[in-house]
Amino acid sequence: MDRIEIRLSGFGGQGIILAAYILGKAAALHDHKHATMTQNYGPESRGGACSGQVVISDAPVSYPHLTQPHIVVAMSQEAYAKYAGDLADGGLLIIDEDLVQTNGGKTNARLFRIPATRIAEKELGRKMVANIIMLGCLAALDASVSADALRQAVRSSVPKGTEEFNLQAFERGYAYGNKLLDT
Amino acid sequence: MTTTGALQGEYFISGDEACAEAGISAGCRFFAGYPITPATEIAERMAERMPDVGGVYIQMEDELASMNAVLGAAWGGAKAMTATSGPGFSLMMENLGLGIMTETPCVLVNVQRGGPSTGLPTLVGQGDMMQARWGSHGPYEIIALCPSSPQEMFDLTIEAFNLSEKYRTPVLLMADEAVGHMTERVTIPPVESLKLYPRRKPTVPPEQYRPFEGEANGVPAMACAGEGYHLHVTGLTHDERGYPATSSADAQARLIRRLIAKIRDNRADIIRTESKWLEDAEVIVVAYGISARIALWPIEMARAEGLRVGWLKLITAWPFAEDLIRELAARVKAFVVPEINYGQIALEVERCAAGKARTLLVPHAGGDVHEPHVILEAIRGAAGR
Repeated sequence: MDRIEIRLSGFGGQGIILAAYILGKAAALHDHKHATMTQNYGPESRGGACSGQVVISDAPVSYPHLTQPHIVVAMSQEAYAKYAGDLADGGLLIIDEDLVQTNGGKTNARLFRIPATRIAEKELGRKMVANIIMLGCLAALDASVSADALRQAVRSSVPKGTEEFNLQAFERGYAYGNKLLDT
Repeated sequence: MTTTGALQGEYFISGDEACAEAGISAGCRFFAGYPITPATEIAERMAERMPDVGGVYIQMEDELASMNAVLGAAWGGAKAMTATSGPGFSLMMENLGLGIMTETPCVLVNVQRGGPSTGLPTLVGQGDMMQARWGSHGPYEIIALCPSSPQEMFDLTIEAFNLSEKYRTPVLLMADEAVGHMTERVTIPPVESLKLYPRRKPTVPPEQYRPFEGEANGVPAMACAGEGYHLHVTGLTHDERGYPATSSADAQARLIRRLIAKIRDNRADIIRTESKWLEDAEVIVVAYGISARIALWPIEMARAEGLRVGWLKLITAWPFAEDLIRELAARVKAFVVPEINYGQIALEVERCAAGKARTLLVPHAGGDVHEPHVILEAIRGAAGR
């Protein structure tokens, strides 16, 4: 496999960094690939733009930062404005459709709109699992990290006592993503 | 977890977390520090883990006190460490010197950020490399290791503890923000399989013990407080018993000569490098820490263009790998040295190349790592393309 670059972005408090951590962990520990996760550190932790990056490769990752991401997940308008334009040609762009208005942008991106925050709040009763729903969608839409690896990484990374709830969120996102592929 | 409380297995953790876990695996049971980005995660992990393993975590009032507490803990018999970044590293310099003068084994981690002064708290720099060498006053030698990945944050922290015990001296782990904050797979071996260098204790009766008399390799055995040996420990120039000898140029000469020699004469045992493609190289990229790893990509691009480029990673920045650079300078055209400062290790490379090969610095002010194409351009320039 070539080097795959993924950016998860949104605002502080959405669990973006945790989602990026889970993605990298799934690739590194369960799919047994090389994975490097970095995060944009700013002084702010809540509310500001927030991004976690993961590079996945069969070979050791020498350059740890993104050059041109193959996948961008945007869960806020600010994150979309800042990062969607960097996407590689034909790349995968996943947005939270209630939080991001697209403005044309890259025409050759494969764009998927997911109401992750709405599903989390209305169906599962907790807005905070929108990040895990997004990971489920990502697993359905792209094979860079296997769904099984992600399930294991979700289980070992979320707070004790919330494992089943988070896995339920993951499966809901996974089903939603698969349905989008069928239509 | 094992019975010692150390982890074992594969983890997806940051370089800072790996460093703290390595301390625990190495038997460190005392951490004193003052939180500072980007080294805070080391203190945080230690605060969480030390109670698990029967160790002590103290948040001190500042970095001067932190370094002193670490020295005190070592004389109390513990393996001890602290972690800081730029501004805190500056504050630790005075007591680092005390550690060198009193031959106190301990580990000081500097997760370098952009400077000078408070600079860029959350962003990378490599501007403290000469401070690591000369930041405390007086003539001395120092050992400093540079990790390039979270796995090396683990491995080299273990190594730092071992070297500190073997040579009875503070050892610096000169990390950087990029490596400290990056998260990757880290394999933590079972504690029983680690080679840990124990503190070498005196074998003579207390009345014959001289805590500052070098043995075969220039390193004295170390009795700690409460072990039945008479100890006097001072930053003043002292004789082999540890008693001040402040009006004796002769005592100073004996002491300093030995402190210098125990590192210099053992440099073959201390210095570690890693390399690729040196055999056919006409240009060699010399780098350390995050920059060594960044350099691999442009080197591969240059080799794909047919340029004969080698890669030399300095795992120990200090003592400097001067014998190796001298030998290589005799057969290559140029060294390219990318570092996130305006020329520190490049000066050492240039000194050792002694005019036999050119040295091209690729500077960076900090806040980010080098763009691969910038290093590639420098390689092309060095190769005359």
